[in-house]
Amino acid sequence: MEKFNSLTAQIIPLDLDNVDTDMIIPAVHLKSVSKDGYGEGLFSALRTMYPDFILNNNAYKNGKILVSKANFGCGSSREHAVWAITQYGIRAVVCSSFSDIFYNNAAKNGLLLIKMPENLVDSWISASLNDASLEMTIDLPNQTISILKETHKFDYDPYNKHCLINGHDDLDYLLSCAEEIKKYEEKNSSTTG
Amino acid sequence: MSNKNIIDKIWDNHIVQKKPDFPYVLYIDRILLHEVTSAQAIEEIEKRGLTIRNKQNIIATVDHSIPTDTNRKFIADEVARAQIERLRQNCKKHSITFFDIESKHQGIVHVIGPELGFTLPGTTIICGDSHTATHGAFGALAFGVGTTEILYAMSTSCILQEKPKTFKVEFVGHPDKYFTAKDAILKLIAKIGIGGAQGCVIEYVGEYIKSLSMEARMTICNMSIECGARAGLIAPDNTTFNYLKGRDYAPKGSNWDKMVETWQQLASDKDAHYDQSITIDLTNAKPMITWGINPEHAIALNETTPLLENAHDRITFEKAYAYTHLKPAQSLEGVPIDFAFVGSCTNGRIEDLRAVAKVLDGYKVAANVTMYIVPGSEGVLIQAKAEGLDKIFASSGAQLRLPGCSMCLAMNPDKVPPGKRCISTTNRNFIGRQGPDSITHLASPQTVAASSIMGYITSVERLEEHGKV
Ligand code: SF4
Repeated sequence: MEKFNSLTAQIIPLDLDNVDTDMIIPAVHLKSVSKDGYGEGLFSALRTMYPDFILNNNAYKNGKILVSKANFGCGSSREHAVWAITQYGIRAVVCSSFSDIFYNNAAKNGLLLIKMPENLVDSWISASLNDASLEMTIDLPNQTISILKETHKFDYDPYNKHCLINGHDDLDYLLSCAEEIKKYEEKNSSTTG
Repeated sequence: MSNKNIIDKIWDNHIVQKKPDFPYVLYIDRILLHEVTSAQAIEEIEKRGLTIRNKQNIIATVDHSIPTDTNRKFIADEVARAQIERLRQNCKKHSITFFDIESKHQGIVHVIGPELGFTLPGTTIICGDSHTATHGAFGALAFGVGTTEILYAMSTSCILQEKPKTFKVEFVGHPDKYFTAKDAILKLIAKIGIGGAQGCVIEYVGEYIKSLSMEARMTICNMSIECGARAGLIAPDNTTFNYLKGRDYAPKGSNWDKMVETWQQLASDKDAHYDQSITIDLTNAKPMITWGINPEHAIALNETTPLLENAHDRITFEKAYAYTHLKPAQSLEGVPIDFAFVGSCTNGRIEDLRAVAKVLDGYKVAANVTMYIVPGSEGVLIQAKAEGLDKIFASSGAQLRLPGCSMCLAMNPDKVPPGKRCISTTNRNFIGRQGPDSITHLASPQTVAASSIMGYITSVERLEEHGKV
């Protein structure tokens, strides 16, 4: 898993609530048995349908931080949505809220999701729509976002922070629980069988 | 006095470990696999040299990518064929029970789990699919997860989770006689919004819920994810036990009696605490239909579409109207349709097919409408034929097809063509969900059947008025 420490990059403003995983990666792209090759499918249906869709705008092509609104990643549980975002080159998504399954999937793939108040998110989206070169700095160890000459703290859970900064994945932790898992199974054999 | 709700009880029963600053290590009793989200997990297991634990608690089937016409042994789409072949090989290699095309247990993963009695009260279940909440109808805690969590659960029998908040949804009052479970869940989603239950597991309670069959309860739990919930469930009762008794995977003999006793303890305590709660009044409620591009864009069939002034999210509303070619303050009654689809893990069960047959009986599907009826499983198809429903479908001109996800998502040959309008018993009306540029209206099987006959969106009530000579 790719480590995440801090990042300064252009932002991509996506002025929408409820961006669902069908939009992020349409089902036609899900037939592959591999974990790679999803970057090109990112928002492919919206890109075809709406020529002025933000990802079709060359001015934002270097963006590495996606900023969108409420309930991002809702709908299907497809982890392909996270793979498509990271493989496109995006390292962090900043939104006013995220769907639960998407949130769980992201950290497992080195994608940093940051929840910020709606008014800030809205102001960054409009600022970036006015000036495509707008950049944001994310400092994960200190949990700060700097943009438009201001610095804001963000909340992030200590476990995922540890994993992202060190590039660890959860499997190492789960495998280290082998003894406890066995004990649990012995105690609950009547219900787990 | 304990005041735990059923969600807390199942959760607490499955905690393997909780260290400060770490998520919960939660034990997973059962895993369901399908072709779309499992290959990468199994590949990783092999790459890391891990073993798959508790194989007896894993079942797999094919549903998403398969065609539903009669000649489906050969899959024309090369990539889909490779994906299915991979699952076949993986199951063979790792001795995982696999219900392949032509097995009498093949079907949509959320339809076959309950049919087999694999879904049991009090268990934790995962599947790489957001509609896993369906299994909650049996009083199970069932989460949709991504591919990485399938890998974790297969190799450690556990996943890592933060404790969910709990949300009590109570339905009260007597609805209109044409109102179904599908309408009840759409009403809830319209009320609280598609993010309304974020971070929560819902427990559905109330007399209305208790009166429902298992099929109808599954329809409700299935769509929990459409209001953002991590899962949804209903406490098991005699309806649950009667459904499960004697099924392949259900406990047998004295073990059965013992388990029923345990399951009875799962019900929420009288003064159980919930983080959130809401009461939905169904008094005289009418069947629902969606007009927009997500399931919260739902109204009763006798209402008109909402005004832009009242939108809490005007941009989405404008986009929705532009996409569905509808206008604010419009009635959906009379909007012409091109397709009618009955099926999916929301409404592809035997009771749904019976309801559709009852409406279609003696009528013909309108000339401008293509109607697909796709059973959720081989079991449903066999039963439908045994009851003669296939004859009713045939004489009305609807196509009864083979089990699979079909037109629920545009991932197999069954698609709604660009620009066409479909009334559908599925769970998502997202942009392009049933095919690029297709328009979806979610509704109950009864409403879909009535509309297919008239050739435009309508209700069973109106159909009956028309039918009177
Ligand atoms: S029927 Fe639709 S919602 Fe259900 S599992 Fe298949 S694709 Fe998903």
